[in-house]
Amino acid sequence: MKHRALASFGVMLVGIAVFALATRGVAGQAPAAPATTKPAPAAQAAKKWTAPRTPDGQPDLQGYWTNSTYVPLERPDKVTKAFYTEPEFAAVVKDAAAREAEQTEPGTIADVHYDFSQFGLDRSQSAFVKNDLRTSMIVDPLSGKMPPLTAEGQKRAADRAAERRRNGATTDAVQNMPIGTRCLVMAGSGPPMMNAGYNSNYQIVQGAGYVMILVEMIHDARIIPIDNRAALPGNMRQWMGDSRGHWEGDTLVIETTNVNGKNPFRGSSERMKVTERLARVDANTLSYRFTIDDPATWTTPWTAEAPMTKSVGPIFEHACHEGNYGVRNTLAGARLEEKLAAESAAKKTSN
Amino acid sequence: MRRLAAAALAVASSVLLVSAQAPAYRAPRTGDGKANLNGIWQAINEANWDIEGHSAAPGRVLALGAEDAIVPGLGIVEGGPLPYLPEAAAKKKANFEKRLAADPEIKCYLPGVPRAMYLPQPLQIIQSQKHIMMAFQYAGAVRTIYMDEHVEAPADSWMGWSNGHWEGETLVIDTTGFNDLSWFDRAGNFHSDALHVVERITPASADLLNYEATVDDKKVFSRPWKMSMPLYRRKEKGARLLEFRCVEFVEDLIYGALRKPGTRTP
Repeated sequence: MKHRALASFGVMLVGIAVFALATRGVAGQAPAAPATTKPAPAAQAAKKWTAPRTPDGQPDLQGYWTNSTYVPLERPDKVTKAFYTEPEFAAVVKDAAAREAEQTEPGTIADVHYDFSQFGLDRSQSAFVKNDLRTSMIVDPLSGKMPPLTAEGQKRAADRAAERRRNGATTDAVQNMPIGTRCLVMAGSGPPMMNAGYNSNYQIVQGAGYVMILVEMIHDARIIPIDNRAALPGNMRQWMGDSRGHWEGDTLVIETTNVNGKNPFRGSSERMKVTERLARVDANTLSYRFTIDDPATWTTPWTAEAPMTKSVGPIFEHACHEGNYGVRNTLAGARLEEKLAAESAAKKTSN
Repeated sequence: MRRLAAAALAVASSVLLVSAQAPAYRAPRTGDGKANLNGIWQAINEANWDIEGHSAAPGRVLALGAEDAIVPGLGIVEGGPLPYLPEAAAKKKANFEKRLAADPEIKCYLPGVPRAMYLPQPLQIIQSQKHIMMAFQYAGAVRTIYMDEHVEAPADSWMGWSNGHWEGETLVIDTTGFNDLSWFDRAGNFHSDALHVVERITPASADLLNYEATVDDKKVFSRPWKMSMPLYRRKEKGARLLEFRCVEFVEDLIYGALRKPGTRTP
């Protein structure tokens, strides 16, 4: 059985043209209202772009997309403005690339983990949302940071931390390891859908009455029904919750409830409600805006923007669990270390 | 007299031809004029236990009693026993004997094709012009059927690489690029990485699809063989795929022996 070298796929990706997102605010000024993308004067003068339709008459969001970005969820502490200048943003990208290159320092644990300069793991080599000059994804609150936690939210965070300490080291058992390491679900699925560090790829396919968003890792197919169905009953909980969609004009609005609380987004509770808004801004851009409403955790709802840019397919199968040697080898290594330490201690005692 | 007979024969043949060509059922159209296969479907058979005809038999786990016993089925394989090559037949027998340890379904591994199509859990077809997606409730497995640009499988995978096209009302799917890690059923029927599956899916009524698959694997079978079965539409109000994220349920099975001694799952 022969298969092509990935080099040919690499050639495909290198040929990507990455398109500017028209998100340029006046440098140094915070916007007066929660920011959406601000068209540059030239774009405003151009004809208004209308999303094409699928053969079934839905606005067409289909294609391969990526939300790979250098914009953090929260504004960095030392930054006070909402938009970088272009040179400042270029410096941010350069710093991030340098930090990732450090991880290839021979002899370090980081070097054994991943080589981030390798094609496919290097964000700057593949498509990413360029020229999104915002200093944070969060647009509301205007601080660019999540709102304060409620008392219940603080207590839950403390309880979870205490439980983690009680459970022991991450190498004691698979259940102590991060959810993504266990191949259960990853950040790209959410909801909300966050960039995953690498493989931040999506494929949208629309059929009659449904929008399907295939998240590359871990081959999660978000199947959003476009009808007025009720949410699942309260006793039915899922890792990705239960999503229902409807169109508001050309914007797909997805409402998600019924999360099981086992993979809490940023410390959220089971009562979290996520509202996502997805729309085709132009041929190569999807705007993506999500609001987190969880009064059990935050004093107010909060909203972030994480646009997607056109990418190139195909999406490869991400058989995470099937190939999960990381968990097996990490646990086996820890048990071996313990065994050797015990043997060494026994020798000392008997001497 | 001969001319009359010839004419009668011609009329009779053309009548036969017309009735053979007339489709038995014409499904509603998608917006781009194709048979609409969108929906939630599920097989109702016992093929996942054993794709060949088989009687009831004891299960694998004593404590599960009748719930784990092998459910009898007529099988979905057409035309006699599976044509295993001699060495492969021995491997199938070995697979069956060690199936509790070796069946990939038990470890929540991706089911491969065609097994995904007859698992006892629903699947959903989301059909667009360029891609037909099949999403499976079991393990959140996914198949992408490329309808537009057909390329050779760029890499091996559990679910294979599927190129599809329409032949009238029938969706024809040609799949290669499999690894050799999935099974066809719980009985240990298996394949190699030379597996090549050609499926034909034809709407038979508003709530029924006729599904056929021709399986060819020169490393395992002496000739291609065929399976066929109906796929039924899930009609309940609000029918949907739910999460069967089974990785969580098998972690202690797979990694339990590597847990630090003296600790236990909370």
